[in-house]
Amino acid sequence: MAAKITVRNLTMAYGDQVVMHDLDFEIQDKDIFVIMGGSGCGKSTLLRHLIGLREPAKGSILYEGKDFTATAPDERGPFFQRFGVMYQSSALWSSLTLAENISMPVEESCKLPPKTVRDLAAYKLALVGLSGYEDFYPAQISGGMKKRAGIARAMALDPDILFLDEPSSGLDPLSSRRLDDLILGLRDSQGSTIVIVTHELASIFNIANNALFLDTATHTQGALGPPCELRDHSYNPAVRLFLNRGDTPKTSS
Amino acid sequence: MILAGDWLREGPAVSVTGTAPDRAPSRYQTEALSAHDSLLPAFILAHLRTLKSADSAQAPAPMDGLPENLRGLLQLALAVPEEGGAPTDVRSVSKLEKLGNLTLSACQGCSALVEFAGQTVLSLGRFVRRRARFRRSDFWMTLQQCGVEALPIVSLISFLIGLILAFVGNVQLANFGANLYVADLVGIAMVREMGVVMTAIIMSGRTGAAFAAHIGSMKANEEIDALRTFGFDPFDFLVLPRLLALVLMMPLLTVYANIVGILGGMLVGSFVGIPPVLYWAETVASLTMTTASLGVMKSVFFGAAIAISGCMQGMQAGNSSAAVGEATTRAVVTAITTVIVLDSAFAAIFTLLNI
Repeated sequence: MAAKITVRNLTMAYGDQVVMHDLDFEIQDKDIFVIMGGSGCGKSTLLRHLIGLREPAKGSILYEGKDFTATAPDERGPFFQRFGVMYQSSALWSSLTLAENISMPVEESCKLPPKTVRDLAAYKLALVGLSGYEDFYPAQISGGMKKRAGIARAMALDPDILFLDEPSSGLDPLSSRRLDDLILGLRDSQGSTIVIVTHELASIFNIANNALFLDTATHTQGALGPPCELRDHSYNPAVRLFLNRGDTPKTSS
Repeated sequence: MILAGDWLREGPAVSVTGTAPDRAPSRYQTEALSAHDSLLPAFILAHLRTLKSADSAQAPAPMDGLPENLRGLLQLALAVPEEGGAPTDVRSVSKLEKLGNLTLSACQGCSALVEFAGQTVLSLGRFVRRRARFRRSDFWMTLQQCGVEALPIVSLISFLIGLILAFVGNVQLANFGANLYVADLVGIAMVREMGVVMTAIIMSGRTGAAFAAHIGSMKANEEIDALRTFGFDPFDFLVLPRLLALVLMMPLLTVYANIVGILGGMLVGSFVGIPPVLYWAETVASLTMTTASLGVMKSVFFGAAIAISGCMQGMQAGNSSAAVGEATTRAVVTAITTVIVLDSAFAAIFTLLNI
């Protein structure tokens, strides 16, 4: 069976400047897959390629064997229906309430009675611990709540692949831990495949079962595998250094 | 290297005597050094960096003789090497190159405008075929924003324009004893030109800017990306309702501005001895259906130009708050310029057609 997401020889570039080249990896069904690396290494850029907001300079991205990059942008609707994306800034639509942020994609994608749509929005908000905040506007809630509301909106259409861009950045340790539990819960209860861009080590070790390290020095993938294994046994010293927070890494066996 | 005296940002200027050594000093003499702040470590770091750029060996800088705290600060500053790829020198650009860059940028601007206009047509096509998806509530909200909510400012400006035209006209026409023709002057000027042009300028500054700022902030906050990943076409969702609303509202606002402007002229007329009934009758007699419809017809094009300018600048804004500000300014300038250029073109066409 084809992997959930397959990335083949992907090269990402801004004009002539190559950000990363020859990325080659697979994400399996129900994986919590972390894309990690130093600041500015191209993690979010890779995510934007995966969700079709940027076109690769070379290479391809396949979802369950179907070539996403070869599909014309205006014919990617069926792919988008399966994606849920939470952006770094949450990107909630500021002129809509939290409930409306979730209802809008539902209303536009299927015909349901308004009450059902409203109940659905309330349920999604309850899942992320935001019951009672349905009529609040994004400007009226805290940063952590916005992140959770962003996840609730990303889950609006019950996607089978959830992309989260730095979900725990700027959160206090307890909120961050709660978010990790939420992500694990979503994977276990909904069976979603989750792709997360982060460099929060605690989260990486807590939730990820596979990770990709983007190496700024070589502009390619530095390592691929389970985070604990990479921390202790990666052949790449940069990866061990990163996963050990710069402490002298254990030697590779 | 001898370091002496005060090294303070707010103290007297620091003087450097002698020539700077071309290698790192083996020892610093700081016996005569008194108070210092960041100025001193900044000076030493700058000197060491100059040496490092010349010396590829990059040996650790000796810091003998420096006070303990200063040594700690310098070690911190030197702990991370300078970014290799960062530009170290700004290349001077010749006038010819600047001209070339300006030309290229103008060409890119034109091509972006054409592309945007093309997308507008495609989006309108989808709307006609009922395939465009946007929230009806957004459309009604925009209709209210660029319609009812614009009435106070349109009323004020149009009334004052009518007033000014009447005052100026009356002074000249009184010389010939033809005060009554103030009504003709105000009526024709408002209906043909001033009503529609002033409304367009108000809407450029008010609504065009609001479109650019709103869409620009949405872009900066990744809200437009969020629309895309839900499979919505941002063009249909954001541009189409605004374009339709402004194209629908501009003719109504123009008619309203014309009436209010004529009322302004009528007020002046009543002060200079023209009874309102006579003024109104003279105005009605001077206006033909063709004259009255010219301004309204132009307002449709002006509305489209303002909406396209505002939305285009918003969609093309960068991802920062400064970029949103720049986009808003560009939207207003582009909209007003386009309105004036279009009005000139209409004036030429109407003259040729003898209308």
